Amino acid sequence: MSDHERLAVLKTWKLFIKGSFPRSESGRTLPLHNKEGGLVAHLSHASRKDLREAVEAARGAFPGWSGSTAYLRSQIIYRLAEMLEGRRAELADALRCTSGVSKKKADTEVSASIDRTVSWAGWCDKFPMVLGSRNPVAGPYHNFSMPEPSGVCVAVQGVADQHSLLGFMSLVLPPLCTGNAVVAVADTKHPLAALLVAEIAPTADIPAGVLNVITGDAKELAGWIASHRDVDSVHAIADESIAATLRAGAAENLKRVQILSKDEDFSDNDRWTNPRRLAPFVEVKTVWHPSAT
Amino acid sequence: MVRRHSATRNRLALPAKYDQFMADAPTGNPPVTTWEYSPAPETTPVVIPDQTQLYVGGKFIEPHSKKRFATVNPATEAILSNIADGDAADVDAAVSAARRALKPWGKLPASERAKYLYRIARRIQERARELAILESMDGGKPIKESRDVDIPLAAQHFFHHAGWCDKLRYAMPGTREPRPVGVCGQIIPWNFPLLMAAWKLAPALACGNTVVLKPAETTSLTAMRLAEILQECDLPPGVVNIVTGAGATGKALVDHAGIDKIAFTGSTEVGKQIAQACAKRGTRLTLELGGKSANIIFADAAIDQAIEGIVQGIWFNQGHVCCAGSRLFVEESILPEVTRKLEMRMKTLRVGDPLDKNTDIGAINSKQQLAIIEGYIAEGSREGCTVCQPNHQTLPTKGYWCRPTFMTGVQPAHVVAREEVFGPVLAVMSFRTPEEAISRANNSPYGLAAGIWTEKGSKMFDVARRLQAGVVWCNTYNQFDATSPFGGFKESGFGREGGMQGLAAYLSE
Repeated sequence: MSDHERLAVLKTWKLFIKGSFPRSESGRTLPLHNKEGGLVAHLSHASRKDLREAVEAARGAFPGWSGSTAYLRSQIIYRLAEMLEGRRAELADALRCTSGVSKKKADTEVSASIDRTVSWAGWCDKFPMVLGSRNPVAGPYHNFSMPEPSGVCVAVQGVADQHSLLGFMSLVLPPLCTGNAVVAVADTKHPLAALLVAEIAPTADIPAGVLNVITGDAKELAGWIASHRDVDSVHAIADESIAATLRAGAAENLKRVQILSKDEDFSDNDRWTNPRRLAPFVEVKTVWHPSAT
Repeated sequence: MVRRHSATRNRLALPAKYDQFMADAPTGNPPVTTWEYSPAPETTPVVIPDQTQLYVGGKFIEPHSKKRFATVNPATEAILSNIADGDAADVDAAVSAARRALKPWGKLPASERAKYLYRIARRIQERARELAILESMDGGKPIKESRDVDIPLAAQHFFHHAGWCDKLRYAMPGTREPRPVGVCGQIIPWNFPLLMAAWKLAPALACGNTVVLKPAETTSLTAMRLAEILQECDLPPGVVNIVTGAGATGKALVDHAGIDKIAFTGSTEVGKQIAQACAKRGTRLTLELGGKSANIIFADAAIDQAIEGIVQGIWFNQGHVCCAGSRLFVEESILPEVTRKLEMRMKTLRVGDPLDKNTDIGAINSKQQLAIIEGYIAEGSREGCTVCQPNHQTLPTKGYWCRPTFMTGVQPAHVVAREEVFGPVLAVMSFRTPEEAISRANNSPYGLAAGIWTEKGSKMFDVARRLQAGVVWCNTYNQFDATSPFGGFKESGFGREGGMQGLAAYLSE
C-alpha cells in the first residue's frame, strides 16, 4: 500500500449532443472557477458549429418526440424527476461549487427543481385540453383548435447568477413537455447543474437529440441562434443586449422568441408551472370539417 | 345574428351559355333552351364624400399635411374620393389620444365595455347594405361576397368579442386578472378592408386596449364609415383612432415609441421589416402574413365537391386571400379528370361588374396588383408552365381584370409554385403518395392554411396532423368564423386572430 492520500479522479465536463458527450469541435475551453476562485475544470467552449450540430440533432429527434404519445412523454419527464431525486446531493454540490450558496439554500433549490419537473410531467397530456378548444362556428362545421409543438427550441441561459438549476429547468421543461426538441445553452459561470441534468437525461429515457446541452458564451452564440433557419423558437434568460440580438435575428425567419428577465424569481411555483408558459412553444392548428349530410 | 351557411353562399351562378356548357359536358344532354343572364346590378344609394378626414380623439380632423390621395373604383377606374394622407404628426396625435383614453377605458366596468361592442355589431348589421356596396365599389370584390361574407363576419367579430369583455379571466388559463396590453397600432390590408378592421379592433377593445388603426391606402372608405359608426355608438373619444395613408403612415405608427403592441396583416416582406423594428424596442407583435397554401385532392375524394373547393379556394375574392389554396396537389390517377372538370367549371364563372349580384369574380384591387399578377403569369409561362384561361367571357373595357387562371406542368422550383401571387392564379401539381403530398405541401417557408379532400377519415386526420398550417380545411375551404382562431405557422406569422386563442395577443398577465 502506498502511503499517500488517494488522488481524486477529476471530471471532464463536456457537451451533450444527440445522446453523446463530445468536446467542442473547436478545441476551445473555458476555465471554470469555484466561489473561492480555485480552478474547477476546463469547460468545453461551444462554437457555432457545435450549436449547428446540436440543432441538427434536435431536428432529427423532433418527429419521434412530437409523434410519441403525450402519456409516454409524461412518463419520461416524470422519470427525469425520479433520476434527479436520486442525485440530489450531487446536484446540490454542483450548485454550491460555483455560487457558494448555503447547503440549505442549495437543497431547497434542488427540491423545487424536482417538484417543478414533476409538475410539468403532468402537463404533457393536459395542456392540449386547456389551450385547445372546440369552436362553435356559425355553420354546419365541426371545428377544433389544438396546440402543436413548433419544432426546435433553443433555450439560452444567458445569466444564472441565481437559480442555475431551477432557472435551467424552467427554461427547458415547457418546450420539452409540449413535444419540442431542445438545444440548451448553459451559462458558463454556473453550468454544473445543467451539465448534470444532461448526464441524467439518458437514464430517464429521454431519446437522443431531444435534449442537447452545450456550454458556451451566450453573447457569442446569440447571433447564430437567432439567424439559424432551422430553429423555430427561442426561450432565453438574458440581459438586454443579448435579448436585442436574439429578437433582431429572429425577425429574419419569424421565429418565436420568449425572453425572461435576468432578475426573474424562479421560486414562484404558480407562475412557473402555469400552462401559459407553454404558449410560445406551440402553434395552434384549427381544423374544419363539414358536419352536414 | 343570422349568417347564411356557406353551402348556400358558395353556390355560384349558372353558365352564361348553358347549351354550349352542356355540349362541352361529357354526359352531353341535348340542349333545350338558351339561358342568358340579365344584368342584376345592386343599386348604389351610397353617398361618398369628395374627401375623407382622419378620425382622432373622437373627431374627424384634417390631415396635418393637408395632403390627400385619390382612391379609385378598380372596376371603372373612376375616382371615388380623396383620402386624407396621415403623416407622423397625425400618428403622434392619434397615439396621444389613444394613450389618454387608455385609463378611463380600462376603468370602465367590463360589462359596460361589452355594451359598446354590442352596439357596434348592431350598427354594422343595420348599415350592412351600405357597407357592402361601398366595399365592392372601393375594393372590386363581388357584392355577393361583401354582402354574404365580409360584412356579416365583421359584425359577428364585434358581437362575439363583446361577450368576452367580462369573461377574460376564463380565456387565459392560470391568469387571475388579465390586463390590457395598452395602446395598439394595427395595420390592415386591402383584401378584406372592413373585416380586417373588425378582426383587429374587436379583440383589442374587448381586452381593454385602445387603438390606432391604419387601413390600406386603396381601401379606406369602409374604415372611415366605421369611424362614423363608432361615433354614432358614443364610443369614448380616443379609444379608436383611424389614420389613413400609405406605407409611410404605417411606418410612422410602427416606429412610434408610444405604441405597446403592433398587429399587422399583410405581406411577409413588410412583416419582417416590422418584426425588425419591433425587435429593437421589444414591442409586442402579432403578424398575419402571406401564404402559399396547399390544397390536396386525394383520389378517394368526392371529386365534384373537391372541384367546388378548388374554385372556392383560389378564386374567392379574386385570389386576394392570404390563405388562398394556390398550390393544388392532385393525386396522379385523377389528374386528367380533375383538370377536365376544373376547366369546365371555370368556363361558368362570371367575371365582371362587382356590383352585379351574379358576379363570381370581380375586379383586381389595383393597377399595381394587376401588374404583379400578370408578371407572375408571364413568369410561369416563361418557366415552361402551361397557362390555362378557359373563361372567355367579355371583360369590361375599363377597370383592372384578370381571368381565372391555372397552370399545369408546374415544378416545385417554379416561381408560381413558391411565391405568393395574391391573385386568381392556381398552380396545379400531382403526387403519388400521401407522404409525397405532405412533404411537398410542407416544403414552403409559409404555413398559413391547407385543404384536404378525401372521404377517408383516418387519412384525413393523419394528413391534417402532419401539415404545417395554422388552419386546415377538410372537405371544405376558405371558411372563417369569429369563434375560430386564424393564423399561421412559420413565416406566415405568429399569433392567432379569433376565438379564445386570439385574445392572448391583447392581454398581459
